[in-house]
Amino acid sequence: MSYRADPIDKTFFSAERTDDLAVVGTVVQRSDALGHVTGRTRFFEDLAPPDLLHLKMFRSQRHHARFSNLDLAAALATPGVVRILTAADIPNNLYTPLKLIGVGPDDEPILAEDTVRYLGDPICAVLAETEAAAYQAVGRITVDYTDLPAVFDVEEALAEGAPIVNEYHGRNYFSYEGHHCRRVRFGDVEQAFAEADHVFEWRYQSAPIEHAPTETTGCIVVPQPDGRLRIHSDTQACFFTLDNTALILRTPFNKLRIVGGTVGGGFGGKVDVVVEPVACVASMLTDRPVKFVYSRYEEMQVSSPRAAERIYIKDAVRADGRITGRKITLYVDAGAYARHSPYGTTKAAAHLPGPYTIPNVWVDAHCVFTNRTPSSAMRGFGVTIADFALESQMDRIARALAMDPLRLRLINAYRDGDLKAHRKVAEGTALVEVIQKAAAMVGHELPEAYRRMSSTSREATSREGA
Amino acid sequence: MPAQIVSLVVNGRSQEFIARPGSTLLGSLRDSLGLMAAKRGCAQGSCGTCTVLLDGAPVPSCLVAVETVDGRSVRTLEGVARDGRLDEVQSAFIDGFATQCGFCTAGMIMVAEALLDRDRDPSRADVVEAISGNVCRCTGYEPIVAAILEAARRRRDRAPGAAPAAAGAAPAAAGSTG
Repeated sequence: MSYRADPIDKTFFSAERTDDLAVVGTVVQRSDALGHVTGRTRFFEDLAPPDLLHLKMFRSQRHHARFSNLDLAAALATPGVVRILTAADIPNNLYTPLKLIGVGPDDEPILAEDTVRYLGDPICAVLAETEAAAYQAVGRITVDYTDLPAVFDVEEALAEGAPIVNEYHGRNYFSYEGHHCRRVRFGDVEQAFAEADHVFEWRYQSAPIEHAPTETTGCIVVPQPDGRLRIHSDTQACFFTLDNTALILRTPFNKLRIVGGTVGGGFGGKVDVVVEPVACVASMLTDRPVKFVYSRYEEMQVSSPRAAERIYIKDAVRADGRITGRKITLYVDAGAYARHSPYGTTKAAAHLPGPYTIPNVWVDAHCVFTNRTPSSAMRGFGVTIADFALESQMDRIARALAMDPLRLRLINAYRDGDLKAHRKVAEGTALVEVIQKAAAMVGHELPEAYRRMSSTSREATSREGA
Repeated sequence: MPAQIVSLVVNGRSQEFIARPGSTLLGSLRDSLGLMAAKRGCAQGSCGTCTVLLDGAPVPSCLVAVETVDGRSVRTLEGVARDGRLDEVQSAFIDGFATQCGFCTAGMIMVAEALLDRDRDPSRADVVEAISGNVCRCTGYEPIVAAILEAARRRRDRAPGAAPAAAGAAPAAAGSTG
């Protein structure tokens, strides 16, 4: 096996970093690898407390509906069924996970009260002695639905007269301090379009992406002799989960203890607080350990994916490749509930117009509610799909101008000291050097002028005087 | 259908336990015998995290009804290290960073053990084929493939000369099914 042998080139950052970076570039064994290769690592589901109850969810079979006549009689009569939880059993049934940092309003019930807003919205939770009995009982629950109009497209959701997805917001978008979207305004894009040699506009659309961790989302809650609840979870965010769960249980934080940190794949998919609160309520009401773990079907169908995004980018470009204006309209499909999408949309707005110095920028970034599965965090959410669109746009511009795509990027790459569209001065950018190094590594020839470029100074060229 | 007593030889030890109707081999290993290395990832035989060796051959233990394997021999990851010493596959996985979250690792190591038991000099294609039923969402598979090939090399170095592709043999022998 070969490991990276070349020392990491630290010279570029030597002025910024005084620490010796002794470990960077060396091989350090993973501390958890021995447990993994011997099978001794304990994941949450490897705990086997006695008297364990199994929780399985009865979920909405409709995209958007009111429901009534929830009939639990046959389910309760199933041998092995102990109890069925409904919305009335949850102390604070309505929540939103980012309320911990002041984001509101509460918009998502733990268990649906009378309305379901996406296919798979949880309605009631069956507790049984065995997993098989819990599944059997879930199959015997019936409910009467009255369908409501549903909307599945972000632009249709924002159109006049669209059905309201989530009445707690009252509109099909998340409001940012009274604004209907996150906005960036810098210079005058319309003037840039008027003066441009070329104007390019393209549309980008991504699909939702499921993290599909090999270990599904879940937890085991065990009541403790001191009255506390111990939560064994595969959450990626132990304290975030503990605090949110305590708010939902209307209990002091110190009544809960969370045991976690061993996650069988997360990628952002295990930061929504979706299994612990209802499992805790179940454990409190029965005084027994409770396990709630998603089936593979639930993981794929109802766990929150990366949001689908639609992005329109319109660029003003000079004949020499300099981009002088960029106008972006971006829609994040949050699905039926906010979860982490308001934050992801803000990240998208903060990331635009990409790592390029563009003198005129206009951005509207919308966080939109639809009747699709709620989306949430995933690896760089808000940024990743924006980068797909931005870099596709750069390649298309290069192709349209018959220009080397790396040179187009080098011409427009931000330099230290440039003022970004968000009125921040760029520091430690290093993009120019990274492109130069990448080009050299793959044998992509750059002319002398491009090899001499530096991220610490913008080269004096005739076009900059224009 | 009543519960029944099932006997298995697990990692060389005879075990007897009561199996409820519908019990899987995976459920019995975990719930009756407390062997937690094999994982439930999908419960439908498509992810490979529950892979164990049944009479030396890899099987998805979530799809095996335990009463159908009464009397047979099962090997799990718990039985791979001998006397507290890691074997070549385990040490190569550590050295080659072939684990990240660790959830697929038990299944990956067991299919590797089965492969190396029947082929001491597998080709890269043989390794890819062997792990094709095992999903890993972290590594992108490359470190796992490299670690299994490295484990085969270490095993040959430890016991050379037993097969045509041992150290010093002609390169043309690589990929033989010895």
